[in-house]
Amino acid sequence: MRQLVVQVVLIVGTLAVSWRLLLGYGQRAQALRRLGLLLFAAFAVWSILDPGVWTRLAKLVGIGRGADLILYGLVVAFFSFVVTTFKRFRDMEIRYTRLARRIAIDEVPPATQHPAVVGGQLHKATGAIEPGETAPETSGELPDGPEPALSPSLPTHEVGLPTAASHSSTVTPESARADDAP
Amino acid sequence: MNDDTWLVIPLYNEAAVIGEVVRHTRETFSKIVCVDDGSSDDSARQAEAAGAVVVRHPVNLGQGAALQTGFTYSLTDPKMRYVVTFDADGQHQIDDVLVMLERIRRGDVKVVFGSRFLDERTRPSALKKLVLRAAVGYTNATTHTKLTDAHNGLRVLERPVVERLDITQNRMAHASEIVAQIGSMEFDGRQVTYTEEPVHILYTDYSMSKGQSLWNSINILAELIWR
Repeated sequence: MRQLVVQVVLIVGTLAVSWRLLLGYGQRAQALRRLGLLLFAAFAVWSILDPGVWTRLAKLVGIGRGADLILYGLVVAFFSFVVTTFKRFRDMEIRYTRLARRIAIDEVPPATQHPAVVGGQLHKATGAIEPGETAPETSGELPDGPEPALSPSLPTHEVGLPTAASHSSTVTPESARADDAP
Repeated sequence: MNDDTWLVIPLYNEAAVIGEVVRHTRETFSKIVCVDDGSSDDSARQAEAAGAVVVRHPVNLGQGAALQTGFTYSLTDPKMRYVVTFDADGQHQIDDVLVMLERIRRGDVKVVFGSRFLDERTRPSALKKLVLRAAVGYTNATTHTKLTDAHNGLRVLERPVVERLDITQNRMAHASEIVAQIGSMEFDGRQVTYTEEPVHILYTDYSMSKGQSLWNSINILAELIWR
């Protein structure tokens, strides 16, 4: 009977935590997570001073040993960690996709000025565009940057920033040269 | 020709065929944007040489992201009225696109989806059929649409629809995401109007060798559930 109680409590807890974290991604959810962490730390200190507390608590809810209760708790904690991490990675992926898209689109002339469009009907026979016009100097530089990295969005995101930095650093020598000239 | 129409072609390592696909397509459509998704081969240059606008993703982002980039680019053309999503591997037929365009030009629908299952021309394997049926069943159950083929890469969209689309599923689940977003769109307080047209998907040896495996359908399902 008591086993049933703890099962129900754990299932409800697991679902509630994951639901809460799935839905709430704002300040409140973050605050709740931090409070939970604080409570967890406080309880950890308590259980160091009084190791029997886990066993007493476990007996109270119908689990034999305190270690089992800790295990169950960890399962819930780990699961919620997985869910939040997934969500965070997903948000990160969306953001760096937008960044990459912006870079990609900024590098080509808009449709109203693109030679493939503007001269589209004129050069239909050859179909060729002057390579210099549509392939700016950066095309040689970009593929050197972070190569295909689909799933781990975090590393790619971090690697992506130096690319932007190196991008701007390529400008610096030119401006330095410009300063030297006069 | 078809100056109000942009073909959006996501491009990833298709150097063997993309040049021919673009050249052939340009006989009918002058406005083609290939979104090179960080190909490691010659795809982007081939497409450019064949006369397409090429937008290059600096890193590989996935097909969904490539489609959205193509949409964003096509919106820079004020003359654009329709966007066609088209595959790079030569599976799709220009004739089908023309029929779909004719359909959308009548003006009573804003979206035309291609479907493999409205006639007998396309012959997917039994297993592929099963997976596609399951996918469309799931999509219909979770979106406000009723389609026979949700994972068809051939679609014609009217500009207002393109303006509202915001694909965030970078990998394969983007097909269902497009359907879901379109299904929940409202114009003048009414649900968006859409229809399906039968299309013929040409399963060549080349496209088969690049096609999705059954395992990938599990990935799609997972991406859909935990989006």
